[in-house]
Amino acid sequence: MSDVDEAAPESAGAQSVLRLNGVTKRFGALTANDAVSLDLRSGEILALLGENGAGKTTLMSILFGHYVADEGSIEAFGRLLPPGKPKAAIAAGIGMVHQHFTLGENLSVLDNIVLGTEPLWAPRQQRAKARARVVELAEHFGLAVDPHRLVRDLSVGERQRVEILKALYRGARVLILDEPTAVLAPKEIETLFATLKTMVAEGLSIIFISHKLNEVMAIADRVAVLRQGKLVAELPVAGASKQSLAQAMVGRPVAPPVRHPLPPGEVVMQLAGLMLHGEAGQPLLEDLHLLLYGREILGIAGVSGNGQGALAALISGLRLPDGGSFDLLGAPVKQTSPLAMQRRGVGRIPEDRHAIGVVGDLSVEENLILEASGDPRFCTLGLLRGGVIRRHARALIERFDIRGADPTTTTRALSGGNMQKVILARVLSEKPRVILANQPTRGLDVGAAAKVQQLLFEACAEGAGIILISEDLEELLQISDRIAVLYRGHLSNPVPVEEASLTELGLLMSGHGEFEAYREGAGHAA
Amino acid sequence: MEILEIFVTLGFWGALVRMATPLIFGTLGELICERAGVLNLGIEGIMTLGALVAWFWVYQGGDLWTAVLVAAAAGALFGLLHSVFSVYLGLSQHVTGIGITLLATSLSYFAYRMLLPDVTTPPKIEAFKPYPIPGLSELPYLGQVLFTQSPLTYLAFALVPVVAYGLYRTPLGLALRMVGENPMAVEAQGIDVHRLRTAAVMLGSAFMAVGGAFLTISVFDAFYIGMINGRGWICIALVIFASWRPGKALAGALLFAAFEALQIRVQQASSAFIPYQFFLMMPYVLSILAMIVMSRRAAYPKALLVPFRKGER
Repeated sequence: MSDVDEAAPESAGAQSVLRLNGVTKRFGALTANDAVSLDLRSGEILALLGENGAGKTTLMSILFGHYVADEGSIEAFGRLLPPGKPKAAIAAGIGMVHQHFTLGENLSVLDNIVLGTEPLWAPRQQRAKARARVVELAEHFGLAVDPHRLVRDLSVGERQRVEILKALYRGARVLILDEPTAVLAPKEIETLFATLKTMVAEGLSIIFISHKLNEVMAIADRVAVLRQGKLVAELPVAGASKQSLAQAMVGRPVAPPVRHPLPPGEVVMQLAGLMLHGEAGQPLLEDLHLLLYGREILGIAGVSGNGQGALAALISGLRLPDGGSFDLLGAPVKQTSPLAMQRRGVGRIPEDRHAIGVVGDLSVEENLILEASGDPRFCTLGLLRGGVIRRHARALIERFDIRGADPTTTTRALSGGNMQKVILARVLSEKPRVILANQPTRGLDVGAAAKVQQLLFEACAEGAGIILISEDLEELLQISDRIAVLYRGHLSNPVPVEEASLTELGLLMSGHGEFEAYREGAGHAA
Repeated sequence: MEILEIFVTLGFWGALVRMATPLIFGTLGELICERAGVLNLGIEGIMTLGALVAWFWVYQGGDLWTAVLVAAAAGALFGLLHSVFSVYLGLSQHVTGIGITLLATSLSYFAYRMLLPDVTTPPKIEAFKPYPIPGLSELPYLGQVLFTQSPLTYLAFALVPVVAYGLYRTPLGLALRMVGENPMAVEAQGIDVHRLRTAAVMLGSAFMAVGGAFLTISVFDAFYIGMINGRGWICIALVIFASWRPGKALAGALLFAAFEALQIRVQQASSAFIPYQFFLMMPYVLSILAMIVMSRRAAYPKALLVPFRKGER
């Protein structure tokens, strides 16, 4: 690493530290990267923007030596990088923070960082020296984390800091961050951005992979847009607009979802003075009041872990309240049963589509009837009706525009956006009166997210009341009618979206705002 | 009361240390395998094999310490076999492990019958003698309990800090612990996951075989059918009891050996009125109870049982 360090003087602003020349990578018939040429300059943040599947991660994996390119070459600090060798990439001063962390949970932070930096057969580790170095790096870059703690006790944000420290410890001068904000809460994103700014000020260079326009505009100096493996745009952020970038990413103008405002309908769900306790008796939800009307979208903001899971479990029928009342369409809910809740008109779009939204190894048609497999439409005398199920699936694939799927496709093979459409198709085709949408657009690209929002609007227009739980304030402000904030199990009074401000919501989310006493029907737009 | 008197006899404490010895070898061996992410259910068979190989080596006139090495080599060989299936081919570690146990056990008994077709009483060999450590063995009480034991017992106790140092203080030990937690992290540093896991399984299996060898060349002086008698399975339980830590593994082995030594003596003391099967059962019941208490917060290696295939993420 020594000569590499010297090769990156802090003064040279426009010097190129990393150069990709015509990199092409094919997987069978698919061209993941098509003659991509890129330049990374010293001391800049270059955003690599593109939809899911545009080839961003593939490109960076080639750079880091996980894959070998079919054509093209890579130069780091003016020297050709041998292909397919992560060790060579590390030695050349390139560090990568993967989207899925590669950390050992039962090992300490220090152990995770020093792994592989000493000769394997050395009789003992230089732990004191290593610790001093880690502490120094952590302080220098504002990456506060205690080297002796076990990784399993760390938050996601802290784990990411460990990954960044790992790269810095190896003398990285170029840092590649793959979707670093996907797992972070808003507060943690701010901290990360502050760290990144410190790093570029020190002369490091950063490639920031993302599909979120806001973040790219906030942090990057330049942006390169990939679409279907091709580099379609490369421009300074200063000269770019969100619209133009979105269009470059998607390849066509993105139509924002349209909504025709309708007056709210009757109350479809009512929670009053509701209490819910966790296994250890700790309160998860406290004295929660909520009125949901038909034809409205009620946004629930808040940093995850403040009771969203409990609220979702309650509405899904996984839990019964420990106190207070829970009425659905005017009748109280008395038993814990997801099936009964679904029969009473509750549709659920769960938070983690891979884990509980779909069964990945089942086919699309099977996932589409997952919640109605015992229904007489699909089942007679305990036997599934294959023909009906197939036709049902074909109709929904068509209606909900689920791409890359036919009824027998394994659901795991679908992209995130199309998987989410399978869930929406399953839920919305049953015409639910109450819809619980828990982070419905998380991890989706611009096009798919717009489609999901559009579908929610349509369900709303048909009379459904929607509870939209999201960590993305911009999304909430964009599509909700009213917004409330969940903080440590307390729900703030919902305010109409026109009266809500980002600052105020942000304060409420961090527990600094005032949680007014509940007033019946207060804050409703009608 | 007679039972309390057991605890003041030196014979009980000496027996405890002796009985713990094969468990220490086996538990350390299993611990090394599992820390690298590979469950080794072959342990029962590998211990049987080690017992036979070491005994036969001495029976043929071989040297005792060479017998220990030969047993270790035989264990490592079966560890390699386990790795080929469970590490390189990524097959189920449970199924492969049971297969290894069945194979190694049956092969040992078969070989024993083939080697000695006409013998009715198992022939005795010239085994390890207790070796009083000069000076230390003169200590009152402790000298007789701890320092008048078989050299293999000293080896077992010495291995505990050695394994702990290796795991927690060397770069190789760190890589081994990491490969049982997150093989991707190891691969990303350019270390070969399969080779590292195989090496760990071979080393662990060698330990197990020496544990078996201890029984034939240090305690019973002969090979019997069924002599391992579930000790391997106990070691697997002890690893969980120990939360995958060498120090706790020693404590667990000593605790179980104490139950075992106690039940033999209580059986004799209380003669008629309680059926002896009750006492045979006692160590197992007590270990189940101890496991329930101890393993609730056990932090098992995250990649245990998970095969690693290159290029998959």
